This record gives sequence, C-alpha cells and structure tokens, in this order.
Amino acid sequence: MSEVKFSKEHEWITLAGDVATIGITQHATEMLGDIVFAELPEKGSNVEKDGTAGVVESTKAASDVYTPVSGEVVDINKVIVDDPAKINEDPEGAGWFFKLKIKDISELDSLMNKEEYDKFAKESSS
Amino acid sequence: MEIKKTSLNKLHQDCQAKFVEFAGYEMPIQYSKGVIEEHKFTRSHAGIFDVSHMGQLFIYGNENLTSDLEKIFPLDLKNLQQNYSKYSFLMNEEAGIYDDLIITKLEDGYLIILNAACKEKDFEILNNILSKKYKMELSNDRALVAIQGPKAVEILNKTINGVKNLTFMSGDWFDYNGQKLFVTRSGYTGEDGFEISILNDLAEEFTKSLIKKGAELIGLGARDTLRLEAGLCLYGHELDLNKTPVEANLKWAISKERLSNGGFVGSNKIINQIKDGAKQIRVGIKPEGRLIAREKTKIFNESELPIGEITSGTFGPSINGPIAMGYVDKEFSKIDTKILLEVRGKKHPANICKLPFYKKSYVKGVN
Repeated sequence: MSEVKFSKEHEWITLAGDVATIGITQHATEMLGDIVFAELPEKGSNVEKDGTAGVVESTKAASDVYTPVSGEVVDINKVIVDDPAKINEDPEGAGWFFKLKIKDISELDSLMNKEEYDKFAKESSS
Repeated sequence: MEIKKTSLNKLHQDCQAKFVEFAGYEMPIQYSKGVIEEHKFTRSHAGIFDVSHMGQLFIYGNENLTSDLEKIFPLDLKNLQQNYSKYSFLMNEEAGIYDDLIITKLEDGYLIILNAACKEKDFEILNNILSKKYKMELSNDRALVAIQGPKAVEILNKTINGVKNLTFMSGDWFDYNGQKLFVTRSGYTGEDGFEISILNDLAEEFTKSLIKKGAELIGLGARDTLRLEAGLCLYGHELDLNKTPVEANLKWAISKERLSNGGFVGSNKIINQIKDGAKQIRVGIKPEGRLIAREKTKIFNESELPIGEITSGTFGPSINGPIAMGYVDKEFSKIDTKILLEVRGKKHPANICKLPFYKKSYVKGVN
C-alpha cells in the first residue's frame, strides 16, 4: 500500500498496484457534520480526474464528492450507502467510497502528502 | 451591518458551538455532539434552545386593543383568557403571510413572539394598522430560552417552582432571583416544553442552572430536524407572502367564530379559499429509500407532469429516514398518493404522507 495522498477537495487516496481506494477525509466529515446519505458511482463506469463521483448529504446540505484521479470504478462500498454514519465513524478506513483501476499514475503527483494536507485543511477552515 | 449576538453567546462558545449567521445574529447551528445526537437527546431527555433572536413584542392596551387586534388576527381574542396563547399569522389583504407568531393575552396587553427575520417589519406593519395608538415595545433587554423534551417539566420545575401546573399554550409570570420571568408551556419541537422570557443579565446563569440539572444546549440544526419531524412550518420555507394559511393547511389556527363575519385583514380571501378550496396545499412527503429532497426540489405526478415543489427536506433522526414538506396541486394531496421527486436530474419515487411524521405517545401529568 502506498502513502496516503490528499486532494484540495478533501478526498484521500491510497494505491495498491494500479487500484486506488478513495474516500473523504476526517477533516471533511468534521466540516459536514452527521452524514445521512451517500451516493456512489456505478461499478464499471469511468470517472475523470476532478470530476463528480458521488454525493454526501448531512442533515444540513448536499455536497459533491470528486475523484482526485481518473479511472474505471471496480468496487464501491455498499456499507456506507446502507449506513452513512459509518463515514463519520471511520472516514479514512471502513468509510471508504470507491476503488478505481487508474489510468495514469502521474495524476497522483499533484496531490498533497499528509503534512501538506493538514496544513491546507487548517488554513482553509480558519 | 455588525452581526448581533444574544446574551447566551459566550455560553455557546464555552460549549464549543459552531456558529452560523441567522437573521443577522450569530447563532449556534450545533455543538460538539452534532445534529443527530442533539435531536435524539431532546426527544429522550431535555434540550435547551437559545431563541433570543426572535422578537418579543409587548403591546399595551385594554379592550380597545383587543378589538383592534381582532381586525388583524383571525382569532377570537375577546374570549381568550388571560395568560393563554394562540398560534396565528400577520397577513396582507390577499392573506399572504408576513409572519407566523404566538400571541399571548397579558393583564395589560399582549405579548407576541415573532420570527427574527421579520420582527422589525412586523413592528412597522402592526404599528401602522394600529395607527400608533398603543404603546409597543420590541424588547431588547429580554432573552428567550426554550426547554423541550420529556424531562423539561421536571428540570424546569426545580429551577422555577410551579411551572409544572401550566397547561399547554398557557403562561404566567414567575419569580427568579428577584426578577420576573414570563414562562409559557409551548415550543416548536413536537415535545412537551416551555419558553422562558428572561432579562438578558440573568439568561446565562439561568441556562447554566438548567444544564446542571441535566438539560443540554441544542443548536439550530437539530431545531430544524425536530420541527420538521413534528410537521411544523418554518417561515421563509413553508410560509411566505405567496402562501395563505388555507394553502399552508393551517385552517385549524383560524377561529371558527371569525370565519362567519370576517373583518380581519385577508378575511375575504380566506373565506373564499375555504369555500372553493385552494389550488395547492401543504403536505408531508416521504421519499422512498434514503434519498433526501431539499427545498426547491420539483415534484411530479406519476405521469411526470409537474405538480409542486418541496419547501423543507432533511433526514429525520427519530424517523431514521428522509422526510420533507412541500406544496402540491390539491388533487395530488391525498395520503399515499405516489409522486416523483427530481433530485440531481433523476426522478425518484416518494409518497404523500400524514403529518406529523413524529408524534409522541405522551401522557399528560405523568413525569
């Protein structure tokens, strides 16, 4: 498993071979509050870097979930669709969103490492 | 314009509130526990709500004031007992709603609780209709604190002895640390509870005494999910100048005694609508599955023709599912009518359902 990387839209991504696992960050869940609905991309569909790949809703509002890299959706986490509270409980673990077979590994280069993201998250929320 | 703060602002900060601007005030949207926990705590224990941003309008006068207010509100105020409250509306000639409110008869006049965003305008409208004949005071020195939930009566009665004897939609003055408080048994969550009008200087200490006895502060986020589960309207969403009380399905709030003769602002329109029926009407809506349909979501019938729009929609923590209210054409307002809701470009199935979504099996007099 590779180092965890982060996007400015508050998604995290890890890579195992050419399959990436993507979810939303702890910081994102804290900003959103209690998540009560999650919509995921369809298995087999293709998503483009920085495009919409899902939706999460809190009691207050709906927010798009973006994909930080392009690829084919090879798996989705049905658990969070049935029980969206799982996302708040463990956003960077059991609350993952979808897995992609990635096309271009260089798309990860522009993403942040943990230290950079923590700084970014702190600055963007203050 | 500088953002206004209530007298409980510091306490909210100390309790890790997340703030939002609401009607020009810095108000807590939630605390550290989050909307769902706060909602459930109110339903199972007792939640405290800072509603000091709402208007507390005192109008002083005698029988003449009662007669003049009957020309404004569709209520039988002459037969309203002192210290009793009624839910009502301030309307224009077309029965469009300027605001919804709670009016309580006092010994020397009336107390009207108004929505924060409307209160200054309401004051002008009322003062003009009343030809500035009466002393009117939109209070700046009083906070308004609500305590709601099954434990509310027990907790509040320990701080203010005697409130347990109040009946629903009635109030009275009580002593607290040498000052007068006005307490009414009312609220906007679907729970038993009270609203306490208290001097700003005492509000923090008073609220802390409720917290010490087991109540917890609850933010505007949970206030919204609680009132929506209880099927209650929120001004600016279910109610505005383009809606009448008949369309809003609030006929029950209009005194029957006033319908025969009218004589209040908007009475012609109301009487006609009751006779002929309104074109659209407010309904409860349950989306199938977990889909949440927010305000402004378009509603279609099964043939995919537009029939209305959602006015509030969220997740109901006590229902454990999505809930909404909206307006639909009258012929589609029957309970169990199948409808479609357009969310993110797709139409999803939903059903018209009975209001409220959540009703307490509450036994009066049992603590």
